Amino acid sequence: MKKIFISIFILMPGVGMLFSSCSKEITESTDNTAALTPVNNDINAGAWKTIMLTSATEFSVPAPISTATPDYIAQINEIKSLQQDLNSEEKRIVKYWSAGAVLRWNEILRELVAKHNVPPYQNPDGTYPAPNANNPLAYPLFPFSNPPYASRAYAYVSAAQYDALVAAWYHKKLYNRAAPYNIDPSVQSLLPKSDLPSYPSEDAVIAGVNIEMLKLLFPGDQDFIQQKAEEHKRARIISGGNIRSDIEAGEALGKAVAQKFVVRARGDRAGAAGGTPAIWAQMETDCINRGETPWISLEYPKRPGMLCLFGKVKSFLFDSLTMVSQIRPGVPYSTASKEFKNETEEVLFYSQNASRERMEIVHKWADGVGTVTPPGHWNAIAAEDFIKQNFSEVRWARNMALLNMSLMDAGIVCWDAKYTYFNPRPSQVDSRIKTLTGVPNFPSYISGHSTFSGAAATILGHIIPERANAYHRMAEEASISRLYGAIHYRSDCERGLITGKKVGNFAVLRAKKDGAE
Amino acid sequence: MKKNFNKALKLVLVFTIIFPVTGISQTEMDAIMMNKNQFCTGLIYDRSTWDHYWEGSYKRNNENLGEVSTQSLINMSAYGITNNLNVMAGAPYVWTKASAGTLLGMKGFQDLSIFIKWKALTSSFGNNKVSLIVLGGVSTPLSNYVVDFLPMSIGMGSTNLTAKTMLDYQWKNFTVTGSAAFIQRSNNKLDRDSYYDTELHLTNEVKMPNASQLQLRTGYRGKYIIAEALLTKWTTLGGFDISKNNMPFPSNRMNATMIGMNIKYTLKNLTNLSLLAGTNYTVAGKNVGQSKAFNLGAFYAFYVNKK
Repeated sequence: MKKIFISIFILMPGVGMLFSSCSKEITESTDNTAALTPVNNDINAGAWKTIMLTSATEFSVPAPISTATPDYIAQINEIKSLQQDLNSEEKRIVKYWSAGAVLRWNEILRELVAKHNVPPYQNPDGTYPAPNANNPLAYPLFPFSNPPYASRAYAYVSAAQYDALVAAWYHKKLYNRAAPYNIDPSVQSLLPKSDLPSYPSEDAVIAGVNIEMLKLLFPGDQDFIQQKAEEHKRARIISGGNIRSDIEAGEALGKAVAQKFVVRARGDRAGAAGGTPAIWAQMETDCINRGETPWISLEYPKRPGMLCLFGKVKSFLFDSLTMVSQIRPGVPYSTASKEFKNETEEVLFYSQNASRERMEIVHKWADGVGTVTPPGHWNAIAAEDFIKQNFSEVRWARNMALLNMSLMDAGIVCWDAKYTYFNPRPSQVDSRIKTLTGVPNFPSYISGHSTFSGAAATILGHIIPERANAYHRMAEEASISRLYGAIHYRSDCERGLITGKKVGNFAVLRAKKDGAE
Repeated sequence: MKKNFNKALKLVLVFTIIFPVTGISQTEMDAIMMNKNQFCTGLIYDRSTWDHYWEGSYKRNNENLGEVSTQSLINMSAYGITNNLNVMAGAPYVWTKASAGTLLGMKGFQDLSIFIKWKALTSSFGNNKVSLIVLGGVSTPLSNYVVDFLPMSIGMGSTNLTAKTMLDYQWKNFTVTGSAAFIQRSNNKLDRDSYYDTELHLTNEVKMPNASQLQLRTGYRGKYIIAEALLTKWTTLGGFDISKNNMPFPSNRMNATMIGMNIKYTLKNLTNLSLLAGTNYTVAGKNVGQSKAFNLGAFYAFYVNKK
């Protein structure tokens, strides 16, 4: 008996060591991103071409208070007193936000998209409830941030940030108010020092834009958004980079500029993109009248196609006439044609011969339910590379705006094609085709992933030319992943890529003329 | 019928697929030991199906899945190093299928598991006998199967360490066995760079919650027949609920309470050979399918280098 207990005592620490050696801590890709130290402050960015603002002075920013006033001195003292005894949470938020305001708010937006990217559950009678923006916390939660919705959210936030920062940079140069640590040497800078004027605070501009835009786009998540914004502003003051009035002026400017975009968003026809039963029926009838097999939802109960009028939403980079005449892809192969049959057989081949290598490609790019969506995936790809470029915040915002206007417009063009042609999915025409990822609930032609990816790769390749080939390889992989996943025909993918690149080229045209290059 | 612990297979299996979570053959579930130098090996076929599942605690069906089935063919072997120290191993081949919808079933070798089983204490008084058994085991994927395609995935992709204590009481042929296990699960990796659980994670690595497993089994243990009823409770220690109409995820809080029965029959005129059959039914759960399972197996036992 005694011997047994001795052996247990010998054995137990051994087992304990084995267990404790398996650390579960995970370091995520931007956990340790260094403080943003721009290679160029882009001090003349106040002259860059805005998207919605008539000019950088459309919203006036009052002159900063004199550094000799008691108010200014009091605000300096606020920093000093905050810096006296920093706790670990204060150090954490300073470090977190120092990686870049555009970066962090982009990550927050991706998080909101992923959280809300879940299709509503059916009603007992087999119909589906629609999320209601006026009652966002009731089920189904508003929004359902599917890929078109997400592309629009990323675009509006990015575009508004850009315009607001152009206005901010204009006023920075105009007032040329140095950062607190450059005025009072006894203020510590917890971050790398910068010669960029600190009034109005670019960080607060971005926080203000996000507070205002996300009220519209994610109205049920206000507590989370406000908490992030408060943390962000506080981190800036603690860091010594801004006094309170820098923050207040920045936030006010950001909110004012965002209002212009909110007005645009309320009138961009996205609110009606869900369509009506009469419109759904008409699209099906039109397709039958063209002699084609119409798309049918493969979900049970049958779900109305996702945002059938998203193709009518007001785009950023071109008008609807240009879209129809220059960008809309030609008709797909007839569902009665030999080519269509051959392409369907090719899909069946990939369904029945799924290799692990192809499955990995499918899942790497699936970006389906509960994810940041394909536009969000391209935001992540861009963010990872932008970090390495050490862009100024205004250039970060400009490049994110170019990317996300491309992605939204790619979504519009793609959705226009999908519901213009109303083409069936491979599994609809051949029930033997099983899929390696969920079948999206909208027509097949052209592939959304391909269109988004073609557009993103094109504009990103312009922004970082040395990565252009890499982006196009990624886009091709994202595109073909939909054939490997057995949810798209080859021509959906190929035409999608081509169409996406056309959209991306409109963004390149804008980029060449916006004054930033 | 006399008490008898030897001659034939001493493995009884509980096999349950919880969105195939515990889909590891659990040969380490019972209190029966192999004799020294005795080796047995065999095959078990298991089929588990469900058409309802719990999304968090909300029970529902899904016409886009219909009935999800998980079938396995498991090779299991055990060897008696001494009468009180056994080593056992299992390796399942698993294939899944959904009867409705379009999702492709997955197939492949799942996780190899190896257990050491040590009868640490035995005490007899009259017709009563009490044993304390301690087990330790490891399981790890045998192939690079897809983890992130639940409920079609064949496994969870984590490497698990299990520590278990078991108390066995026997009065004549009547037995009661209780066991408690702690399962430490390693992180696993997805094919994508980010995922959302209750927040967004910018990594392909998933922190898998640990788990516990409690089991009570009781029944008749004879020379040729063993028949037991089982109550099993699998609890994930952490994890999160599937949100409404969302997809399942490997680190969901998968809990299940199962009842079942096992019968093992050793042939009287060929005592090397035994046959077994079992069923298992999930009566309550969270973030798992309400599975009904049955299994059939045949085992052959013999002495290696018998003196």
